Amino acid sequence: MDMTAIATRAWATVDGNEAAARIAHLLSEVIAIYPITPASPMGELADAWSHQGKPNLWGVVPDVVEMQSEAGAAGAIHGALTAGALSTTFTASQGLLLMLPNMYKIAGELTPSVIHVAARSVATHALSIFGDHSDVMGARQTGFAMLASASVQEAQDLALISHLATLESRIPFLHFFDGFRTSHEVAKIELVDEATIRDLVDEDLIAEHRLRALNPNNPSLRGTAQNPDVFFQAREAINLFYDAVPETVSRAMDRFSEVTGRSYSPFQYYGAPDAETVAVIMGSGVGAAREAVARLVESGERVGLVQVRLYRPFDVAGFVSELPPTVKRIVAMDRTKEPGAVGEPLYLDVVAALAENDLDVDVIGGRYGLSSKEFTPAMVAGVFAEADTEDPRRHFTVGIVDDVSGLSIDYDPGWWAEPDDVTRAVFHGLGSDGTVGANKNSVKIIGESTDLYAQGYFVYDSKKSGSRTVSHLRVSPRPIDSTYLVNEADFVAVHQFDFLEDIDALDIARPGGTVLLNSPFPQGTIWEKLPIEAQQAIVSKDLNVWAVDAATIAIQAGLGGRINTVLQTCFFHLTDFLSTEDSMVAIKEHIRKSYGKRGQAVVKRNEEAVDRALEGLYQVEPGPVDSDRRITDPVPDVASDFVKRVTSMMIAGKGDLLPVSALPVDGAFPTGTAMWEKRSIATEIPIWDPDICIDCGRCALVCPHAAIRFKAFAADVPIPDGFVWKESTGKDLRGLRIAVQVAPDDCTGCGICVEICPAKSKEVARHKAIDMEPKDIHLERERRNFEYFLEIPEMDRSQVNAASVKGSQLLQPLFEFSGACAGCGETPYLKLITQMMGDRMIVANATGCSSIYGGNLPTTPWTTNGAGQGPAWSNSLFEDNAEFGLGMRLALEAQRDDAELLVTALAPELGGLAVEILDVIENPDHSDQDALVGRQRSQVAQLKERLAGMEGPLPRRLEGVADALVDSSIWIVGGDGWAYDIGFGGLDHVLASGRDINILVLDTEVYSNTGGQASKATPRAAIAKFAAGGKTTGKKDLGQIAMSYGNVYVGQIAMGANPTQTVRAIAEAEAHRGVSLILAYSPCIAHGYDMTHQLDHQKAATDAGYWPLYRYDPAREAAGEPGLRLDSRKPTIPFKEFASTESRFAMLGRSDPESAERLMQQAQQDIDDRWFLYEQMVNLHRTAEYVEVEE
Amino acid sequence: MSVDLSSRYLGLDLAHPVMPSASPLTGDVDHIHALVAAGAPAVVLPSLFEEQIEHDAMAVHYSLEMGADGFGEAADGFFPQLDDYNTGPEDYLDLIRRAKREVRVPVVASLNGVSTGGWTMYSQILADEGVDALELNVYRLPADMTQSSSDVELAYIRLVEKVKNSVELPLAVKVGPYFSSIPDMARRLSDAGADALVMFNRFYQPDIDLETLEVIPNLVLSSPVELRLVLRWLAILHGRVGCDMAATSGVHEADDAIKAILAGATVTMMASALLRHGPSRLTEVRDGVGTWLADHGYESVAQARGSLSYLTAPDPEVFERAGYMKTLTSYVPTW
Repeated sequence: MDMTAIATRAWATVDGNEAAARIAHLLSEVIAIYPITPASPMGELADAWSHQGKPNLWGVVPDVVEMQSEAGAAGAIHGALTAGALSTTFTASQGLLLMLPNMYKIAGELTPSVIHVAARSVATHALSIFGDHSDVMGARQTGFAMLASASVQEAQDLALISHLATLESRIPFLHFFDGFRTSHEVAKIELVDEATIRDLVDEDLIAEHRLRALNPNNPSLRGTAQNPDVFFQAREAINLFYDAVPETVSRAMDRFSEVTGRSYSPFQYYGAPDAETVAVIMGSGVGAAREAVARLVESGERVGLVQVRLYRPFDVAGFVSELPPTVKRIVAMDRTKEPGAVGEPLYLDVVAALAENDLDVDVIGGRYGLSSKEFTPAMVAGVFAEADTEDPRRHFTVGIVDDVSGLSIDYDPGWWAEPDDVTRAVFHGLGSDGTVGANKNSVKIIGESTDLYAQGYFVYDSKKSGSRTVSHLRVSPRPIDSTYLVNEADFVAVHQFDFLEDIDALDIARPGGTVLLNSPFPQGTIWEKLPIEAQQAIVSKDLNVWAVDAATIAIQAGLGGRINTVLQTCFFHLTDFLSTEDSMVAIKEHIRKSYGKRGQAVVKRNEEAVDRALEGLYQVEPGPVDSDRRITDPVPDVASDFVKRVTSMMIAGKGDLLPVSALPVDGAFPTGTAMWEKRSIATEIPIWDPDICIDCGRCALVCPHAAIRFKAFAADVPIPDGFVWKESTGKDLRGLRIAVQVAPDDCTGCGICVEICPAKSKEVARHKAIDMEPKDIHLERERRNFEYFLEIPEMDRSQVNAASVKGSQLLQPLFEFSGACAGCGETPYLKLITQMMGDRMIVANATGCSSIYGGNLPTTPWTTNGAGQGPAWSNSLFEDNAEFGLGMRLALEAQRDDAELLVTALAPELGGLAVEILDVIENPDHSDQDALVGRQRSQVAQLKERLAGMEGPLPRRLEGVADALVDSSIWIVGGDGWAYDIGFGGLDHVLASGRDINILVLDTEVYSNTGGQASKATPRAAIAKFAAGGKTTGKKDLGQIAMSYGNVYVGQIAMGANPTQTVRAIAEAEAHRGVSLILAYSPCIAHGYDMTHQLDHQKAATDAGYWPLYRYDPAREAAGEPGLRLDSRKPTIPFKEFASTESRFAMLGRSDPESAERLMQQAQQDIDDRWFLYEQMVNLHRTAEYVEVEE
Repeated sequence: MSVDLSSRYLGLDLAHPVMPSASPLTGDVDHIHALVAAGAPAVVLPSLFEEQIEHDAMAVHYSLEMGADGFGEAADGFFPQLDDYNTGPEDYLDLIRRAKREVRVPVVASLNGVSTGGWTMYSQILADEGVDALELNVYRLPADMTQSSSDVELAYIRLVEKVKNSVELPLAVKVGPYFSSIPDMARRLSDAGADALVMFNRFYQPDIDLETLEVIPNLVLSSPVELRLVLRWLAILHGRVGCDMAATSGVHEADDAIKAILAGATVTMMASALLRHGPSRLTEVRDGVGTWLADHGYESVAQARGSLSYLTAPDPEVFERAGYMKTLTSYVPTW
């Protein structure tokens, strides 16, 4: 392959977010940002560029400011625009919806601006981070012009055209492209250079924008309130500006075309000039549609498509003129759903446009691609086929099987085959092995080192530990339109050998294709290790199989588990985009480029991996198709019918095949399903030695995945052979037996249990009561033992002190096996709370990590006890969680009131039971909540039994609300992004409500779920995304704010620093009959250290006074004592000593030592000041004393 | 009568033979100023650790890669990309630059390498910064049961040869006392190109925390008792190897320095005493050496140097095994 770069034109291999953000940063002065997937990278890039001092087109570094929410960002840009700046923001989904009020204002005031949107599904029955147009369609009424990009190239080009057109038209623009499919697709594009942009920007228009700005030297008034007399007319005064937009956009596109050679128009037609059937579509689906149309036209079909770029204002004349005169049928394709409407928005626009022009054309409308559902040329062909039937469905869906309303159309997936000269490669990897990173790099190498076009798209599962990735790469001599996953690959790489037993990874390989396996087995033994499905695929498709022990080479090169460089080198060797020598040179060049700043050692080790890679590569000779191994069924037969029919399909990666009827109509799913998803991702698991164990239960307490269980049981419980147990040593469990048992397939191997274990062997100090040992050795035995362990009866709650560390751990966790990161600092708190009160919990969960590991399908860790009771959980939004939880409490109170009334009304029939129930309502004994709930449950059971035999409306009503007679524990759970920032207003309101509510803030001090952006919980001196220079302001003291109400229980806890205090605080919070706030220190991988050691870090954080432990209890205040009690000692180590062990602080010390030193000193001052204040507060009374004076 | 204290070490003319050795004190330019003001005739900077540099770079890499590419919402990892992580030797080079610019005494850089390539690469980098001499802080702890003592020794020799061939700088080699034959090693190191031997390196030693039953790496400050070991080998080697010898470990007071010089030290080096007592201790030791020499009628340090060595002592066998016998038999329990 020719290594010469493409002459003169500037090319880059970037994703859609970067393509758009670069333009936005160049053309803005004020950029207000807030993280939301999949738009976050745009804000991150803008922030990073400004931090690096990268100027905009006019030499000024844009001011990038992170706001508390998208509503805040919209407000900030509105202000910036009003005061004359060029301002932009980036968002998606719910974020865009939060901007809507300001968007009306910005548009109504004719303020030029651009909002760049990575279009994403709006949460309805479920949240989805993936792409469709439901968000942007929700903004089409705001008055913003809307420009849709269909590819990474367009994301750049139309971003620029948006900025040009808004200045000229004064209408603000919403520029959007499809989330993930375009925002995260890496593709080779032609860059627009700054000189070109400068030529295109009309400085006079900017000057006019400045002149319109608020200025005390030329004052004007905006934002008036208008009365019925003029509002209407004033609203109509804007019309001519909208009328001019299509022409303005066309002109901007023409000027753009003149200087770049890339032609765009608001509507663009592709296909047969005499087409009778025309599809209308916008966004990334255009790519697939264009491919299909081209193929159909080649075969003589009279079809075409209109790509919509300028969607608002919808230029009726422009649209109609783009249609071929021969058109008879139009298919309007919408990537959104508007339930209850006559049709989806694009359909309605097309229908109206045709009607206004009296055109006799049939229009049908189809929904496709919701939440990044695949949309392929074969589907497009199916759509045209449907349109050509005699009686096509007016409204249809494509890409799913709708066996309920029958709307889905059939299509032949085999209709489409990609051209032979497009090389397609698919890579199966782990998130942690660097596969995706290497593939992004490979796309860049091919894009930048050859004249070929390259595209990379990456599919992630929703797990945060042991996550799997599939990379889809295409390389082509032509620009790549294919906006869908590879479905037949020339090259398949399986970067983790054991994947072969979980999925049919070679199914996608084309006959004669190449397979690369990362194999830990010696050469000559691989064949017998392959499952039979892989053997069959290799033989039947005559695949060329190569293998390399990448892990060994990576370890030898000093790269640990990062096998990416080794396998990348093999990939280039086995393909022919570049010669092996050239590819190695190119890989090394990219290693230097990517890692050079990180240090010579990183470069050197990766280069060594490149040099060694091919030494270990060898071809695998196929043998007979005969293997004991086979792809395992995802769930066992004992699972529930729903799990077997539905959940198992999702676990197996076959969720696309589920028909509509398989899924709940309202988004409600059963809990207790994580237990069926046996991921078995650990290489080492903890193994218990009962001879050393001291029965403390701490291993179980800190386990983030409930994969270490602790149980006490009577001596008469039968014990099978091989099950490990011991006699209890404590007085509290005298006569009982103890077992500590690992769930071997659910453990993530984080090792925290071993870290906390205090019991060491007298002979071999490194040997503790639990040690990490290779899983393979113990797997079968531990599987059997765990199965048996689950059968051992659970402890009677009344025999256990749930408010103690050991007692709580003897109780069944009702939060287990989540997909959270190995070593997650949040999940142990949730698990603990479920042990203490999970049987009566209702959880309102803010969007964030906890809603993803808690509620991202296929499974949920929230589960039930033997009686079928357990936490009931829901996630509403990011911003409303406190209010959501409050609403739940209000609902329970209302139902309890209703139940009380009904019990009173039915007292004559219910007799003594009514008296008992009303007595408990009147005089509940909260001192033993377990006992109270037990009594209430017993009463309700009796009540329901009695009601079943009673006639009339009142018993029926009471049946509906009877459960509200049992105390529920409402837990409002969320991270710091919610509590400190976007949800703070609501949280504050709920703190003030006085209702019986518990609030758990899992404080990772950063937006963890979206990748580590700073929040107001981020401490001073820490670096984070959006705070690349180190956060310069201190952390908000949320506890102090809550304490100021006086009647809010506040506990600041860190399980690793003081587990007893943690348990007590949670118990006290539950006992407090008002609002309780628990601030839980939650180590996170965003802190930058090995999570195995997180307990030491928690302890150090407390020792440094960085995270002081305390409890503020209004009950103490009421008893005449100071409400605040400090549970940690005066700081014993300097902040710096703690901070130097975490990358979030230490990295700033490396990159900018002077700032780091200054911020560190200020951070120490923060700590000193806070401790000084708290020390005084422990002696303070907030309740005034009134002394009666005798006259 | 004034005594000529001048000494020549590593080809550098020093005003006297009492200088600060590599320690955290010389890692700070303000402290270097204080030491020079206290009379330090040269300074040895703390060691640049190749292992530390590699570790830092990999730690940054690990942090940036952690969680990246595994989850769609955080596909780019959890940290912003920064302009520079300064994981290389830049901080150290900056220390050299500032020290060279701001003080007028020779500056000796110290290097602790891991790989052969690392030793030579960093030696060249340090030489390029204009240091006056280089001290190789060789720290090899053979834990491999199959590695013979001759293999270990050969690795030292090869290392010195390689570095000597790669840089044109006076080269000191700081070694530990744990060789089967120190004289043989000293001779071979000298032959390999060492211009000075610095005796001895004080390795980090493990300690055990009785509460946690964990092993803790630890370095305690030296005590004057440690000088005895140094004195023996200075005395045995003086005049018998072709390179300078610096005495380090246990030089706390003027008497210690005088003893080292009498045993054959070209210069004496101090760290623990300076850390404990501050730079003024160097002045006291320097003056104490001068006073003692004057009081005892010496004209110069050179005159005294090695006057109580193996070659020159009236009773040289004391430095040999007999010394052990004597100590043992003269020790009378007090109980």
